[in-house]
Amino acid sequence: MKVVFQKTSGLQDKETHYCPGCTHGIIHRLVGETLEELDVLEDTIGVASVGCSVLSYEYFNCDMTQAAHGRAPAVATGVKRVLPKNRIVFTYQGDGDLASIGMGEIIHAAARGEHITVIFVNNATYGMTGGQMAPTTLVGQKTSTTPKGRDESVQGAPIRVSEMLATLDSVHYIERVSTHDVANIIKAKKAIKKAFSYQKEGAGFTFVEVLSTCPTNWGLDPEESLKYVKDKMVAYYPLGVLKDRGGDN
Amino acid sequence: MPKVLMKGNEVIAEAAIHAGCKNFFGYPITPQSELVAYMANRLPEIDGLFLQAESEVAAINMVYGAASAGVRVMTSSSSPGFSLKQEGVSYLAGAELPAVIVNIGRGGPGLGNIQPAQSDYFQVTKGGGHGDYYTPVLAPSTLQEIVELTKLAFDLADEYRTPVVLLGDGMLGQMMEPVEFTEEDMKVLPEKKWATTGTRGDGAPKVISSLELNDVNLENHNHTLQSKYEVIKQREVRFDTYRADDAEYMVVAYGTVSRIAKSAIDEARENGIKIGMIRPITLWPFPEKPFEEYRDKVKAFLSVEMSAGQMVEDVRLAVNGKAPVEFFGRTGGVIPNHSEVLEAIKSLAGGGQ
Amino acid sequence: MMHEIVIAGFGGQGVMSMGQLLAYAGMTENKHVSWLPSYGPEQRGGTANVSVVISDEPIGSPVIQNPSVAIVLNNPSFEKFEPTVKKGGVLIVNKSIVDLKSKRNDITVIEVPTAEIASEIGSPRVAGSVILGAFIQHSKAISKKSIIESLKNVLSERKQHLIPANEEALERGASLVINGDVKKPIA
Repeated sequence: MKVVFQKTSGLQDKETHYCPGCTHGIIHRLVGETLEELDVLEDTIGVASVGCSVLSYEYFNCDMTQAAHGRAPAVATGVKRVLPKNRIVFTYQGDGDLASIGMGEIIHAAARGEHITVIFVNNATYGMTGGQMAPTTLVGQKTSTTPKGRDESVQGAPIRVSEMLATLDSVHYIERVSTHDVANIIKAKKAIKKAFSYQKEGAGFTFVEVLSTCPTNWGLDPEESLKYVKDKMVAYYPLGVLKDRGGDN
Repeated sequence: MPKVLMKGNEVIAEAAIHAGCKNFFGYPITPQSELVAYMANRLPEIDGLFLQAESEVAAINMVYGAASAGVRVMTSSSSPGFSLKQEGVSYLAGAELPAVIVNIGRGGPGLGNIQPAQSDYFQVTKGGGHGDYYTPVLAPSTLQEIVELTKLAFDLADEYRTPVVLLGDGMLGQMMEPVEFTEEDMKVLPEKKWATTGTRGDGAPKVISSLELNDVNLENHNHTLQSKYEVIKQREVRFDTYRADDAEYMVVAYGTVSRIAKSAIDEARENGIKIGMIRPITLWPFPEKPFEEYRDKVKAFLSVEMSAGQMVEDVRLAVNGKAPVEFFGRTGGVIPNHSEVLEAIKSLAGGGQ
Repeated sequence: MMHEIVIAGFGGQGVMSMGQLLAYAGMTENKHVSWLPSYGPEQRGGTANVSVVISDEPIGSPVIQNPSVAIVLNNPSFEKFEPTVKKGGVLIVNKSIVDLKSKRNDITVIEVPTAEIASEIGSPRVAGSVILGAFIQHSKAISKKSIIESLKNVLSERKQHLIPANEEALERGASLVINGDVKKPIA
């Protein structure tokens, strides 16, 4: 019988713990497929962060190190710098981890041009702890710590991390993508593959921000959540390439 | 090799390199900054890695990454910076990663000052971070001893898969003495098959983690850690004694303070007071044996520290009520001088007679 | 024999280097030595001091409470260390800057016009060596030869040309002591 579809060998054959309608599973698959297609699974070390993706080390089919909250870019720096150059090192971080407690680590890893790939999953909330405000929570968005909605005069405006990192000279590639429909998922895959390809070629810091859903904490069903990403998040976090120094390294 | 005149901080760095450590992540803080600068200069010469991190927090997490990749790695700091590293030390302990962390202590609490202090004793010997863990703590008192103990720190770290703390103070870091770097054979240690270096030729993916959501499994992991600490307690205790054989009184001091105490002890002996010293070299595990040996023979113990009284608690536990335990200390970066230690000894001997 | 030497002065007067030179020279004579700086914020412009122990026996405390020799290069250092010199010890004073006089009669006082002698030699930078010359002549803690050898090792390449001037400075300092320009303790 002809195989028409099979799971990527980049992921282990396990059920994930993610909620129904959450797009973490899709993003895991895109990363897993990329590592498989680039034939680097055996040379890859992933760094898991703290948040909903804390258990990602149980899903990726490569060596994994689990980092403290926000510190994945520092851990990845340590891993990448001491291993032979052909090793691929990536972090997989949410917006609370990367943009709040770990803002220092991500900025400096980017500033140093660390030869790592960062997958930044932005769902505008702290998922694992129960839907608190994140640095990326939209103005007006209700969370358990902004029960009346984020108020710019109190909590300030959400941070556009990709735009901020794109100002740093040593960054090689940054793109923001989304997972709210098939066309965008295909674009997201291309961006992730580009980032890892750059790393494989020896280029510097690569960063893909993936807009993602959190139906559970947003209080929306999966379909409404995808629509929320499309209508609200993309409006504030425009998609596209923010920096690309190309293949010449 | 001929003797060289170096600063304590530089000796630690060179000793680490002699111990096969080629990876260092640092952040400047007085009084340990010479260590960072020395590594910045020296490591590139031997194809090693020096990286200045953006914070102590980042540095210890870079250490975590490098250690998970299986290399010998070190970071260093001084008290306030060590506090920042403490989160990472707990993760290293939980994930059972070997690393050496240097703390060149200074006066506290808070920003304190930059003068020598031993007021981080509690922090380094009682775990310090969250969770049930200990780290072996080595406390050299001379620059030559730094050479020996730095090598030992790396060996212990690798043998037991644990972070190890090398504890000094600003005096030890800043002073110069002649030292000799001996070329010793490297101890044969188990291969780091657990290291996350990629799976090529290795089989299934490996995971370095301190997370275990299942309570029973985490308890089992804690049992494993505790058994390891038991083994370390049985095998790795180190201490020294000075003029202890016929002593009627006993000073307890470690690190640089033990040297000041030595001068005071010599003078007290000239004054007819039979006094000796127990000098813990491992602060954790704390050397209990010499106290068991001497606590029934001596009239009293005197713990001398550059703190408000921290090690004295371990001394009291080890003496276990068999003899009085007194304390003399200076704080805030003040170095006790030998005559005030002598006065404390005289008062101890006077009170005991 | 144990020499407990404190050298104190303004930052920039070469206090730390003088101490390092003594420690280095002691090491080359296979003596036990220790060098302990004051490393506070005062090292930048304020007063700085360094404690050097040179001993035939292993050194206990590197901290000096009562120096057997205090070398004071400015008034604040004189005020701080003159009273601490051990009975029977030596106070060496940089007479070019220090205008204070010791009233103690239980120590030896050697006053050295460092700047004047250094400028006679034609190199203001060797003032420290003048004072070290007086010190080693008086104490015999280490030989002049060891100091010169040590200078060759501690001075950077571009400063090696200063060695002859330093050698002359050491001799000029020593001759002050030989000529008896020394206030000895009474009794």
